[in-house]
Amino acid sequence: MVQKKGFRLSSVLIYAALSLLFIITFYPFWNIFVLSLNDATDSLRGGLMLWPRVFSIDSYKAVLSDTALLSSLRVTLLRTAVGVPLNLLAVTTLAYALSQRDLIGRRQINLLFVFTMYFSGGLIPTYMIVKWLGLIDNFLVYLLPGLYNVYWMILVRTYMEGLPYSMIESARIDGANDIQIFAKVVLPSCAPVVATIGLFSAIYHWNAWYDSYIYTNKPALETLSNTLVKILNQYQTGAMMTQAQQMAASAKRLPVSSESIRMTVTMVTTIPIILVYPFVQKYFIKGMMLGSVKE
Amino acid sequence: MREKAMAKMPSHKLGKKILRQRYLLLMLLPAVLWVILFCYAPMVGLYMGFVNFKPTLGNFWKTLFSSEFVGLQWFKYFFSGNDFWIVMRNTLVSSGLTLIFGFIAPITIALLLNEVKNVRFKKAVQTASYLPYFVSWVIAANIITTLLSSSGAINSLLKALGLIDESILFLQEGKYFYWIIALSNTWKDMGYNSIIYLSAISAVNPELFEAATVDGASRWKQIWHVLLPGIKPTIIIMLILSIGSLLNTGFDQFFLLGNSLTRNFSDVIDTYAYRYGIQKGMFSYASAVSLFKSVVAFILVFTVNKIAKKTENSHLF
Repeated sequence: MVQKKGFRLSSVLIYAALSLLFIITFYPFWNIFVLSLNDATDSLRGGLMLWPRVFSIDSYKAVLSDTALLSSLRVTLLRTAVGVPLNLLAVTTLAYALSQRDLIGRRQINLLFVFTMYFSGGLIPTYMIVKWLGLIDNFLVYLLPGLYNVYWMILVRTYMEGLPYSMIESARIDGANDIQIFAKVVLPSCAPVVATIGLFSAIYHWNAWYDSYIYTNKPALETLSNTLVKILNQYQTGAMMTQAQQMAASAKRLPVSSESIRMTVTMVTTIPIILVYPFVQKYFIKGMMLGSVKE
Repeated sequence: MREKAMAKMPSHKLGKKILRQRYLLLMLLPAVLWVILFCYAPMVGLYMGFVNFKPTLGNFWKTLFSSEFVGLQWFKYFFSGNDFWIVMRNTLVSSGLTLIFGFIAPITIALLLNEVKNVRFKKAVQTASYLPYFVSWVIAANIITTLLSSSGAINSLLKALGLIDESILFLQEGKYFYWIIALSNTWKDMGYNSIIYLSAISAVNPELFEAATVDGASRWKQIWHVLLPGIKPTIIIMLILSIGSLLNTGFDQFFLLGNSLTRNFSDVIDTYAYRYGIQKGMFSYASAVSLFKSVVAFILVFTVNKIAKKTENSHLF
């Protein structure tokens, strides 16, 4: 009993520490959400906010009626919708081939891919190759350079290697060829890992900005995250202004400021991830576990 | 042994094997083409670092191999300048700080979460703590910029606590930059990285705890004498691996959070190569700089993986 009392104090400390962790990781998102829904002029007053002081959806109206922004949202949706199935097809077929133990040159081919996880040509040569392939200002630049992913391939391959060999063998005896075995036997048994990398892929495409930033100049090809990077760059230049200058600038009493636009675009980019996130969490944890037992 | 037996196979048998595996090879074909084009061709392109590459309208390869060979000139230029020391210092200090925070935080979180019996509370904390990992650095940088702005939440909090009177311009002063990077990196990854320790904890034999309880060990003693030794291998492996990626600082957070005012502290090898290559058009110089980084990083990761393999006897390749 005496021991239990001592335990209770530490229990309070544990709950306090973890509550602090909750606040540190969650409040920043909430802060952006509140700022995106607060009146732009009022936000300049600053202060810790738990709730919008002067509620306003003007910035959402402004963002969702901006043609450039809607265009970049469309580009992002399109690359996600096309990119994810392509990634899945590419990664699972490669994983299947490399999971076959008697594959000709299996070890060498495997090494050919794994080596690229540890060494790469880097930024400039890659840029030159992309240019040489005619992918500058081309939608394909969002799909081809990231078509395969060796880390995801290892996750899928490891999973496939864990499937009962007799399952594949009996299909082979029934006269099925490798494409049939892959599509009808192996792939359906890999649903959990395919879901995992499907989500990895979706998040990769949704978040991608770098390829759009350096490989495209056409506004029609700009992705949502790239737009957000440009908004951030503009803000940083503007942040060199003093608060008084900002106040003076907002004295024109525009319903939205560039700052509230930035909050709103950040929110528009974050919301889809937060919405799918609770459903995908367990798959990611599974992916993390699989990753820790690489081969 | 089997591999050796295969190599000695007569050629007609190999032909039969190729025929039998034709669909597998068909699946491999696009992948091999891809890896050659997008991974190995750029590696060959690193030759740019040894020539005086001047971009022309013509074919890249033709231009590359007809460019004047300058040997190690670009490397010498990089090492002899002041920039080398600045970017190396920034790279090492920010990853060193990240390593310290990013190593301790996930272990602490896992140990704390393991003590929590309330499932809903545990779930809520875990869900929140993994969230920053899933958003991109673009979103994270926007959030961090807002929190640290002159009228942002952190300045407001510090003022409310009476710690400061005037707002601190965190992102405009170089002296804060390393800390901002290290804490941002930790904020983003600590929850997710705690998963690995939670799984290590759950793998510790429960009988050991029962035995310790019978022996009258308090919870603290159990943690110190049973739990921590039980997850020690995982801790050591994770530490070794993070040392291996010291040079791989990442590009996004430095590029997005840094600005011209903090350049002396926010410039790491990757952002430096980007600025010289893409923005200033000094392709050969930028290639040499990133080749230097790739080689050193590769040696570091390779050595460290070897050590990790010896320690844990687990494959990482």
